[in-house]
Amino acid sequence: MIEAKEITVRFGAAAALRDVSLDLAPGRRLGVVGESGCGKSMLGLALMGMLPDAARLSGSLSVDGKEMAMASDRDWRALRARRVAMIFQEPLAALNPLRRVGETVMEPLRRHLGLDRDAARARALDLFEETGIQDPAAKLRQYPHELSGGQRQRVLIALALACDPGLLIADEPTTALDAHVGLRITDLLVRLARDRGMALMFISHDLAAVARTAEDLVVMYGGEIVERGATAEVLADPQHPYTQGLLAARPPLAAGHLRERLAVIPGTVPGLMHLPEGCRFSGRCAVEMAHCATVRPLERATGPFRSAACHLIGGER
Amino acid sequence: MRRRQVNLWLGAALVGLMTAVALVSLFWTPYDVTQLTISRKFEPPSPTNWLGTDQLGRDVVSLLMAASVNSLTVAFVAVGIGGSIGTALGLAASAWGGWVETLVMRLADLGFAFPALLFAIMLAAAFGPSLGNAILAIAFINIPIFARVARGAANQVWTRDFVLAGQVAGLGRLRLTVDHILPNIAAPIIVQATIEFAVAILAEAALSYLGLGAQPPLPSWGRMLAEAQTLMYLAPELAIYPGLCIIAAVLGFGLLGDGLRDVTDPRLTRARA
Repeated sequence: MIEAKEITVRFGAAAALRDVSLDLAPGRRLGVVGESGCGKSMLGLALMGMLPDAARLSGSLSVDGKEMAMASDRDWRALRARRVAMIFQEPLAALNPLRRVGETVMEPLRRHLGLDRDAARARALDLFEETGIQDPAAKLRQYPHELSGGQRQRVLIALALACDPGLLIADEPTTALDAHVGLRITDLLVRLARDRGMALMFISHDLAAVARTAEDLVVMYGGEIVERGATAEVLADPQHPYTQGLLAARPPLAAGHLRERLAVIPGTVPGLMHLPEGCRFSGRCAVEMAHCATVRPLERATGPFRSAACHLIGGER
Repeated sequence: MRRRQVNLWLGAALVGLMTAVALVSLFWTPYDVTQLTISRKFEPPSPTNWLGTDQLGRDVVSLLMAASVNSLTVAFVAVGIGGSIGTALGLAASAWGGWVETLVMRLADLGFAFPALLFAIMLAAAFGPSLGNAILAIAFINIPIFARVARGAANQVWTRDFVLAGQVAGLGRLRLTVDHILPNIAAPIIVQATIEFAVAILAEAALSYLGLGAQPPLPSWGRMLAEAQTLMYLAPELAIYPGLCIIAAVLGFGLLGDGLRDVTDPRLTRARA
């Protein structure tokens, strides 16, 4: 569906993404985790052809076998909604406050699929039902502020699904929602991806939500993919020191552990201009070696469909 | 909060009154304003002529009423034309950015730098003085004003997530502008239009005063002022009445515009809360 090979996104001298490669097959669900500023949202935008004007993209990005890295906005527009769609973190902000949500959902149906008003409304009603919106006929006529957070996110999902895309990118879709509402949204996304044979890219910093949603997982740090593999395997046996730190930093829930201090990864993510040339994680890494800051570790396979980018992996100590 | 509402309601009342009078005068005025009765010139106020008569024996109340139609029409048409063109240009500048934006905004700067009165005199010199040319001149000065307001407001809306969501849904700039940007900049545009109404009424009066606007026998506050000027010592009230009308109209639209802005500007709402 989408194949990215070593895509790099630069703003002037700073690299927001460095040599990111990934492959999204139809029906696969990929989780992308990392801290704020690790480039995960930038990756989502890059796959939609929606990078800011100042950004420079290099590498190869093919959608349905068509090379899009250098494509014009017009070419991208033909793909958006029809092949790749996206939902956002803040469902309220992502809906025009002055339009009925039904109108918003009908718009791509009429523009892209050429449906007339009645056909578009019928289709929007189907989509509202499919995304589990209660009383869909009445909701079509309501404004965003009249809906709850979960309902708004479902409206956005309906909007994203309107033209039957092959890939849905969900950029932190549950972050702004209550935990239990978020869980229902993640389950809905999994069900939709399964029923429609649609690829799903689930961007989040919430490991529990990713574990529930995605079969495959990539861990990002400093604009690079540091580790990847099947979600269950990565979470059970993290190999990159960053992933290990991320998992260790989860708050324990068992009684008796509640008063323990949380494990933390020391330091903060450096700004784009101050990322080390070698391993992006050097400077914060607990098991750092002398050459880590200057020599860049490449992704090394550590098993079937598993790899990590660290000098400690592959016996090269 | 309360004080600002006073602006709004006082402005609305003045504008409402003005509009009502103008509408009534379309069908009825106490006397025919084209009817000259020289024998009854300079009559003092009386039960039959509430504000007396002018140098040609016309009823002053009827003249003021008929002239209000003229003022409102000029303001409405001129702000309508200038506002539409300016808003469209501002939206285009915001949507396409780059050289389009630079071109539109530099042209707007040029428009600001060009004296409106000079433009009106040029039009009058080229095509003869008429109300139509006065409208064109006032419309012209409104274009850059609305272009700036529209672009500024639109630039803010473009950064919002729902526009991004529209782009994700594959909508082009034109569709986004019509469906998502324009409705969300309506408030500042309407506020600006109300304020520009006041300016346009004043401009029409000024142009008519100079003989560049409404031509006789069309009644106009500005021309009534000009005609009364030579009679200042004989009948000063003939200059005072149209002057008061102009003040009331400008004040009314100005207060209404200010009030609307205060009600619709979220920054002010938050400051008050």
